[in-house]
Amino acid sequence: MSYWKKVCQLDEIAPFSGVATLVNGEQVAIFRVNAEVYALSNFDPFSEANVLSRGLVGDRNGILKVASPIYKHNFDLLTGRCLDDDNVRIPTWRTRVVDGIVQVEVQ
Amino acid sequence: MAKPTLIVVGNGMVGHKLIELLIQKRAAQQYRILVFGEEARMAYDRVHLSSYFEGKTADDLALSNRDYYEDNGIELFTNERITEIDSKLRIVRSESQEISYDTLILATGSFPFVPPIRGREAKGVFVYRTIDDLDAMAAYAKHCKIGAVIGGGLLGLEAANALKNLGLETHVVEVAPYLMPRQVDELGGEILRGEIERLGIHVHTGKSTSELFCEAGAVRGMNFADGESLEAEMVVFSAGIRPRDELGRAAGLRLGERGGIIIDDFCKTSDTAIFAIGECALYKNQIFGLVAPGYEMARVVAEQVLGNGKPKPFTGAELSTKLKLLGIDVASFGQITADNIHSKEICLLDSHTGSYKKIIVSADGKRLLGAILVGDAESFDMLLQVKQNNMALPPHPEDLVLPAREASTSSNSFGLDALPDSAKICTCENVSKGDICSAINENGFTTVGEIKDCTRAGTGCGSCVNNLKKLLNQQMEKRGIAVVNHLCEHFPYSRQELYHLIRVQRISSFSDVLARFGKGLGCEICKPAVASILASTWNDYILEGEKATLQDTNDYYLANIQRDGTYSVIPRIAGGEITPDKLIALGQVAKDFNLYLKITGGQRIDMLGAHLDQLPLIWERLIEAGFESGHAYGKALRTVKSCVGSTWCRYGQQDSVSLAIMVENRYKGLRAPHKLKSACSGCARECAEAQSKDFGMIATERGYNLYLGGNGGMRPRHAQLFAEDLNEEEVIKYLDRYLMFYIRTADKLQRTADWLESLEGGIEYLRQVIIEDSLGIADELERDMAHIVGSYDCEWKRTLEDSERMKRFRYFVDSNDRDANVVFVEQRGQKRPAFPEERAALEKLS
Repeated sequence: MSYWKKVCQLDEIAPFSGVATLVNGEQVAIFRVNAEVYALSNFDPFSEANVLSRGLVGDRNGILKVASPIYKHNFDLLTGRCLDDDNVRIPTWRTRVVDGIVQVEVQ
Repeated sequence: MAKPTLIVVGNGMVGHKLIELLIQKRAAQQYRILVFGEEARMAYDRVHLSSYFEGKTADDLALSNRDYYEDNGIELFTNERITEIDSKLRIVRSESQEISYDTLILATGSFPFVPPIRGREAKGVFVYRTIDDLDAMAAYAKHCKIGAVIGGGLLGLEAANALKNLGLETHVVEVAPYLMPRQVDELGGEILRGEIERLGIHVHTGKSTSELFCEAGAVRGMNFADGESLEAEMVVFSAGIRPRDELGRAAGLRLGERGGIIIDDFCKTSDTAIFAIGECALYKNQIFGLVAPGYEMARVVAEQVLGNGKPKPFTGAELSTKLKLLGIDVASFGQITADNIHSKEICLLDSHTGSYKKIIVSADGKRLLGAILVGDAESFDMLLQVKQNNMALPPHPEDLVLPAREASTSSNSFGLDALPDSAKICTCENVSKGDICSAINENGFTTVGEIKDCTRAGTGCGSCVNNLKKLLNQQMEKRGIAVVNHLCEHFPYSRQELYHLIRVQRISSFSDVLARFGKGLGCEICKPAVASILASTWNDYILEGEKATLQDTNDYYLANIQRDGTYSVIPRIAGGEITPDKLIALGQVAKDFNLYLKITGGQRIDMLGAHLDQLPLIWERLIEAGFESGHAYGKALRTVKSCVGSTWCRYGQQDSVSLAIMVENRYKGLRAPHKLKSACSGCARECAEAQSKDFGMIATERGYNLYLGGNGGMRPRHAQLFAEDLNEEEVIKYLDRYLMFYIRTADKLQRTADWLESLEGGIEYLRQVIIEDSLGIADELERDMAHIVGSYDCEWKRTLEDSERMKRFRYFVDSNDRDANVVFVEQRGQKRPAFPEERAALEKLS
């Protein structure tokens, strides 16, 4: 059974930045692009640290992505694919904003 | 039928080049190919051996790897010396095997010559040839203070550089009356000597070493033939090379009178089944101790064994040298002296800037025969091309050595444009201008890396890379592609252009900049770059509104992220001066928050291992104790190191601590394209190491000498002397102008050393702009700086004042938990982050 976890108000996340939350004990990074939010694992597999929510958000050739603050690997916000290493993909979560509240789907 | 066997003895640069060529031509389909190397390592780049002491590793220097050989069917035996060749039976033997060959290629190289003098077997005596030699030198140097190199040639000076890098008082002993006698003339040698002595290396010329004296089996110094002596605990011989011809000798091959395996135009020895290439080969009574002719020989042999019956013969080589020795350019080629009958010389000696240029021209002044350049080898590539292509000289050949003047109408350079397509650009790999241009145009290359991969040009000694870059830019311009120094895909402008636009149009937000000059959403390159430009132009609080989301995590949290996601804190300790109370306060804070302490290279104290939520609490305490932000997290001024100077030191000439503190406080918080480091020394002993900084002040009897554009790090650069005997007011005036000019014109993440190198006209141009105000912007630069200095605010103080802002200092948006993945272990009584395997082990335990 899946359900939606309420994380925070949308305006607690500045546009083009991220925050982290715990979902079932797992760290999830949530990024805001204008009114949209995206959720990726907070764990950067290259530095083995939970830091992705602290990366800079932007785009590469139109693909929304975040750059890890440690070694600057880029991850696709939609798919979790690493844009600098085809062999790496990190988990993603479904998200939605309801009445100004950011929610993450918990499986 | 079994394939014939081809054996290559030697796996140095030339031996490896041969294998590369054979692989390219799929020779393994025709031959069984075996390679023997006596070193444990595979071929590596011996030309850049000295970079091993400047941070390069053996892996960086490696030219290849075992997989490359194996995948291409080459059998490689390293650490296996061939001890014997039986040329009658066509067999080679090592200690462990014997193998018959059909074709044998000797690429055994050379060994350093050590003259037969007493003491040469002592401990502490080295040669400079292999990575093992370098490792042995480095290990031994730890227990020495003084080192000497015997031989003041090219390799000898490289070795001296190595000794200096190892921290020794370094001496160079040369038997000829001047340095580098094979490459330069007496005047050039004297200029070189002056420059090298300025770096603190002692030069002894005209000294013939008669013996080494020892104590308990270890060398202690040397005696010279003239009765004088020199103390040294370590001696490196660099007195030339000798061919490794012993295998050839035993096999009965014809050798030269003074050694070397004699080869013909096709690199054949006196035995038709045996070739010799590289430094073991003697061609027309000459040994070629450079890599380019060796590669050419490899090509000649590769073409023959592959059945190309009549390859282009080897015809000798232009012996040209261009190198940076201890930061000093030295280059020469062709004839280096004139006989005044068939040839004449034109030279320019400038002992003020330490440069010497000489060209040798034919008696009619129409052809260039050779050149020597010391101190400034900028025109080397151009001159060499003129010679190699036998181009006619301009009516006033003296223009080729005279410095360019403003408003001068005479062109003193042959552009790359003027060269024919047949002109050789890369002499190591034998690649012509035409080859390179068509590679660029046919493949649409946009980077030098692509040209290197495709044509191999620039992969040998690397001295032609500048020309590759120029050709690339030219070709791209011709194709209508703008030469890209764009900030990133979002902005079609360089940092300098964007800075100008932001300033002139008075723009103060990223969204505005993006909307007007960019596209897309931005990225981790342009966001911090624009944030930095905004900060150094308007100096607004960097975490205000949208600006916060442009900052790298370090600027965002005003601390330095570490590998585990925790942060370090470095408060400012201007000039490295600290009171006992403040030091105690730091210690107490570290104790209360369980932080790891480390003294930094910039005379400050780094407090590591702070959790995000601890940062504001730590700073509350630090500010209370009188500290402010040290900006260690920003591309900003870090520290102005100082020595105690005249206030305490018996040698001090000025109060260097006071000046350091004043300068550090003036520029603290200044955002720049990259970090800025500085130092101030109280006398010429230079204990504060000001010459390795972006800007440094060294006290003299009458004031301060100002040095600019130095750097430590990966590619260290000595700062250049900019102006002498300045008073403090002048120091500040010039620094204001220098720093603002750098901020305005540098590329993104370009340190001052690179920036200064990239400025056409270098330090002299900088003097014109800063001292003589040649651009008429000095007042503006000073005004801009005054604005920044006047609007300084401690970022941490400002941040703590806003409770809204405090919210960001936690790991999770919806709880106060900490990152459970951050685990510390103890080392030497302090904590450090656990490595992943330690973390896993700890998790298992619990």
